[in-house]
Amino acid sequence: MTDMLNQEVVATVNVTIDGVELQVPKGTLAIRAAELIGVEIPRFCDHPLLEPVAACRACLIEVEGMPKPQPACAQVVSDGMTIHTQQSSAVARDAQEGVLEFLLLNHPLDCPVCDKGGECPLQNQAMSAGRSESRFEGEKRIFEKPIPISAQILLDRERCVSCARCTRFSEQIAGDPMIELLERGANQQVGIASDEPFNSYFSGNTIQICPVGALTSADYRFRSRPFDLVSTPTACEHCASGCSLRTDSRRGEVTRRLAWEDPQVNEDWNCDKGRFAFRYQAQDRITTPLVREDGTLRPASWPEAIDVAARGLQAAGSATGVLTGGRLSVEDAYGYAKFARGVLGTDHIDFRSRANSEEEAQFLRACVAGTPLTVSYAALESAPFVLLVAFEPEDESPIVYLRLRKAGTRVVSIATRGTKGLAKMGGSLLAVVPGREAQALRDLPADIRQALSQPGAVILVGERIAASVGGPTAVASLAAATGAALAWIPRRAGERGALDAGALSGLLPGGRPLTDARARSEVAAAWGVDADSLPSTPASDVLDAASRRSLKALLVAGVDPADMPAPFVTDAALERAAFIVSLDHHYSEITEFADVVLPVALVTEKSGTFIDWEGRPRPFAQVFKDSLAMSDASVLGMLARAMGATAGAWDGPGIRREITALGTWSGQSAEVPAVEPEVGPTDGFRLASWRELLDAGVMQEGEPHLAATARPVVAVVSSSALSALGSPASVTVTGPLGSVQLPVEAGEVLDNVIFVPMNAPGCSIYTDLGARIGAAVDVTAGGVA
Amino acid sequence: MAISETTIERMHALAAQYPKSRSALLPMLHLVQSEQGEVTPEGIAMCAEVLGLSPAEVTGVSTFYTMYKRKPVGKHHIGVCTNTLCALLGGDAVYDALSERLGVGHNEPTPDGGFSLERIECQAACTHAPVMTVDWEFMDDVTPSSAVDVVDRLERGERVESTRGPAIRDFQATEFSLAFPDDGLASEGNSVDDKMLAGLRYAKEHNMAAPTFGQES
Amino acid sequence: MTLTPVITEHWDAPDLYTLDGYQRFGGYRALRNALTMDPDAIITTIKDSGLRGRGGAGFPTGLKWSFVPQNDGKPHYLVVNADESEPGACKDIPIMMANPHALVEGVIISSFAIRASHAFIYIRGEVPNALRKVASAVAEARRAGFIGKNILGSGFDLEVVVHAGAGAYICGEETALLDSLEGFRGQPRLKPPFPAVAGLYASPTVINNVETICNIPYILDRGVDWFRQFGTEKSPGFKVWAVSGHVNRPGIYEAPLGITMRELLDYAGGVRNGGEVKFWLPGGSSVPMLTPDHLDIPMTYEEMAAAGTMLGTGTPMIFDTTVSVVKAVTRWLEFYKHESCGKCTPCREGTYWITGMLETFEHGHGAESDLEVLVSACNQIAGRSFCALGDAAATPFPAALKYFRDEFMAATQTPVDEQFDPVASYVFAGAVAR
Repeated sequence: MTDMLNQEVVATVNVTIDGVELQVPKGTLAIRAAELIGVEIPRFCDHPLLEPVAACRACLIEVEGMPKPQPACAQVVSDGMTIHTQQSSAVARDAQEGVLEFLLLNHPLDCPVCDKGGECPLQNQAMSAGRSESRFEGEKRIFEKPIPISAQILLDRERCVSCARCTRFSEQIAGDPMIELLERGANQQVGIASDEPFNSYFSGNTIQICPVGALTSADYRFRSRPFDLVSTPTACEHCASGCSLRTDSRRGEVTRRLAWEDPQVNEDWNCDKGRFAFRYQAQDRITTPLVREDGTLRPASWPEAIDVAARGLQAAGSATGVLTGGRLSVEDAYGYAKFARGVLGTDHIDFRSRANSEEEAQFLRACVAGTPLTVSYAALESAPFVLLVAFEPEDESPIVYLRLRKAGTRVVSIATRGTKGLAKMGGSLLAVVPGREAQALRDLPADIRQALSQPGAVILVGERIAASVGGPTAVASLAAATGAALAWIPRRAGERGALDAGALSGLLPGGRPLTDARARSEVAAAWGVDADSLPSTPASDVLDAASRRSLKALLVAGVDPADMPAPFVTDAALERAAFIVSLDHHYSEITEFADVVLPVALVTEKSGTFIDWEGRPRPFAQVFKDSLAMSDASVLGMLARAMGATAGAWDGPGIRREITALGTWSGQSAEVPAVEPEVGPTDGFRLASWRELLDAGVMQEGEPHLAATARPVVAVVSSSALSALGSPASVTVTGPLGSVQLPVEAGEVLDNVIFVPMNAPGCSIYTDLGARIGAAVDVTAGGVA
Repeated sequence: MAISETTIERMHALAAQYPKSRSALLPMLHLVQSEQGEVTPEGIAMCAEVLGLSPAEVTGVSTFYTMYKRKPVGKHHIGVCTNTLCALLGGDAVYDALSERLGVGHNEPTPDGGFSLERIECQAACTHAPVMTVDWEFMDDVTPSSAVDVVDRLERGERVESTRGPAIRDFQATEFSLAFPDDGLASEGNSVDDKMLAGLRYAKEHNMAAPTFGQES
Repeated sequence: MTLTPVITEHWDAPDLYTLDGYQRFGGYRALRNALTMDPDAIITTIKDSGLRGRGGAGFPTGLKWSFVPQNDGKPHYLVVNADESEPGACKDIPIMMANPHALVEGVIISSFAIRASHAFIYIRGEVPNALRKVASAVAEARRAGFIGKNILGSGFDLEVVVHAGAGAYICGEETALLDSLEGFRGQPRLKPPFPAVAGLYASPTVINNVETICNIPYILDRGVDWFRQFGTEKSPGFKVWAVSGHVNRPGIYEAPLGITMRELLDYAGGVRNGGEVKFWLPGGSSVPMLTPDHLDIPMTYEEMAAAGTMLGTGTPMIFDTTVSVVKAVTRWLEFYKHESCGKCTPCREGTYWITGMLETFEHGHGAESDLEVLVSACNQIAGRSFCALGDAAATPFPAALKYFRDEFMAATQTPVDEQFDPVASYVFAGAVAR
């Protein structure tokens, strides 16, 4: 408590910089203090999120009382210190100029063909603080250029100024010291080990922080000049980490994406998927509405397509199921939630295009939907203890991984497999059989329960808890019993927003229980509909209902049936549904079944908001301002009007106003689930699985350089299980639908567990094996018999 | 070439000497050279595995220090100091003579793998300039002809004494001594020579001495 | 001034390197006494002795020890800097080969004083014979109960590790040495924190030179007053001088601080062939060169500083008139370029540039205007590099230009090998045909 009080009072010191007196927090570095009065001291190695090294010496300043110029990036200001930067000191100016001259000695003046040209700190500082002419007449250092250090990252050693930002980032921030400074002296260079490429999930950040053009991406190389680009602030559509991005475009095409600084969320970083996986956007777009005629889809006009869709949906009415997928903006998800209840009068709506359960739905309604932002990134950083449950941060929410690593928080993971990611966070593993997390949560060791009882302790549970019968129940009760804060971290960017928007049966916007009359009347008022017209009984599983022919129509957003644990059920549902309307931007398996296909806008063609796992809005602006593509919500509005309904706003700003006006539910929360853990033997090999960050996901299509940096596709068994199998190099894993053959290695799993990547190229546990997490699978050594 | 089990055990022994195991990396890389004759990718990988480092981290270290070789050196690795003092006192001529005799240049092995030659920096033996080393053992006060003679004798398999240290073995044997320096050879050969005794002898001859305990000068 | 062999006194005893030999001359007597003392009293004794570091910087040893925080609950470490690699320095390696137990005894006493239970002797890897001598001495001392648990019943525990470097001059810089000893690239660390507070493994660490540590047993055994008989008020004690170059009897000469180069030169038999000193350096290539005009200056830390140079390692190099100063300086710069660790810009790039320019002079086509560029480039390194290696690299040229500008001017026209027959400077001149 005293510590917390002490933190309130920030000790300050008085310092004079270039004659300006200012007060700064104790411990402030001179380079930052100078920024406060608008003085930009040159720098290369300095980065606010990396430990100071004072290596480049570009920031030398004069400090009164010190005989030699001091590096501003490492000089902590002390009370009464008098500092002269280049603005007021000839010594500092001369020192900085000298260092710039040195840096340019061996720098190839290939700025005209360098990707960094135009946004290059070396170029800029050479212009502002350097000599106009070089005195160097010797021979420049020659290196072969560029050399690939991964399939994605290229290294031009001639341009490198040895600032070591990239190597320090990789070691300090990412925990992936796969690039290092090699050699020494003038031969010092960044490099990799001869047999291990720089396949870090975070490698792209090194390009962005490189103060010269030494690191470039295969993806962006030679594609554009920075001054020809239009930059738009956006948010990442891939995962629920919620990264702020800058999307750069040129002539209607996205050329690159950068991490955009957001100290509360992604700081200065993002992952390589967020940075490089955007080429999918431009591929195979649906450009016009399509209507099925004589069994085949044909282009149709918007009025015709809307008319056909509206009539079909009108006919099905409340016997329509709505599947929204996990990738929508909160505005679009809200549109579906409203369309289902207020226009169709159905509660058959679900955003979860992944393994799920009714128990999970209950858990989400009771513990997550509409809850305020309590567990934030900052809370993770200050937490004394974090328990991970069915959640692999490095693969499933990379920025959460970075933050836990940064904090050095004590982490324990209830997981089916111990990973390098966990080791890099300094975490320890509580290994479980897949699907049996519930029992592990109930039998948690006393010291972990105790750790969870500390103020600030956090439980982070992943979406895979749905695969454990009784798991969501056990998580909720553990949080209640220990007082630990609870946060649910789904994988996809749209899931939390969809939940808050009410795109889940039994749930209205703002976490309102559908069963609560006051909740219904609040929502009905906001939509301008009769409260009695809204469904009041929670619906059952949409796909299940559809496959039992109790639903007559399906309205489907961006859903990939292959993401569902039982694709055949999805297929059956699609085949049996009498009428299917698909809103999508790309052709998919769903569009093949659809009676009407309505093209919708990509994230680049609309503005909108994702809600990250914290519950924090992540607004994104429209990249292509002249796009005519309509958002899902706008198309739903057209359908609503064609069906004779209005139900409030259908445009982005209008929906945002509605959401804000509605606010979150203040009444009684929904009931937490009470499901007993699954018991009984776990014979044979049980399947553990999750989606690795880089895999066969459709939104990674079109970016082969990124795909080539993915982790090798391998199965993991325990070392004793591996010996029992006869130490083979590969295994064949067989499920109800079929087999896959994979290289195998020993790892941290229980003896009756085999880990197989969920959706790797050539290896999908759902479509290839027909097995879900926790299922018994057959494992044999070597190839298919 | 795979690292032997014995060497892996020795790596663990080295790591255990230090409060933090990574401190053993330099001796471990010497050990790799004692077995492999150079720092091989396999050696790097094994050091990384034993110490829990990435291969890149080990590579960063192994390429920083000049004693770690990236390609095979000869059975005998010959160094000639060509820093200022030794060079001017004849080291350049010694280097040239050896280069001609062996037909190789800086950091190159002879085709038969018998020798390799390196221009080395100051060896802390300036009083004994020009200085040569054979497998890092001192060969002080060389001349071009005495240096070539050492090569000739080694080539013939003759026993060659270091001027201050034991008889010459080979590069890999020395690398093992660097990993485990208590190599049992401390009493072999002569380590104190005339030049190290120059002042003491002069003092004795001229009855000079430091005042001993309690004496006033 | 007379020669005063102390550390070198018994080097002619063939078994001095053994425990028996060392003990025969009173070895480990100081240790026995020290272990009965209050560690703080030992620190006070060393402070009172005025002993200054013999590695080059001359920092007061006792003061350095006193910076180590006591009762801080952290382990303390003693690290001996035996990375002697400075061009011209050749006294620590002979000490370790001839009298390794003096170092070991000093290590044990020093560790006891600073409450270190782990000491490391970091010896450059290129001298296996020094490594094995010290390692053997450590093993003997361990067997004799001077190292290990409960040393001589004092309750003091100490482990000593002899550690081989792998070829990097920069590791003589104490923080680079620590990084190297921790298994990293030997690049210097940012200070603060200073090693006394956060050194090896981020714990309080004292780093001392070999010769410094070898002084410890003698000071404790014979007393502060005895020690202060040698040298001057500010530079007390004796020094193992290693005289190299164009002298008749290059070698080791132990004498008090304050001896002059002329006296040492005399002991070393004068300049070879009856020649003349052209230039000389008191202690390594990193200190500015001097001329015959400076032969009578007492070689103390303070007098050398007053003469515009430094005592450095106290290992004078003598060059006679057969030597081209341009060639000498160029070769030193090639050394600094080769040994620059690469961490900071001024040293990494500056040594590259300066060396290239100097090589044009060596080849006889230097541009006169480059002399000013060279001075300017040196000024852009000195005081602005990360560590003292950069400062050292910026030293030889300005000092040489100060005394030998004409020679650099001549090198704008004529290659230095044409001005100075290389063979003339060989110590075996005439014995060999090139």
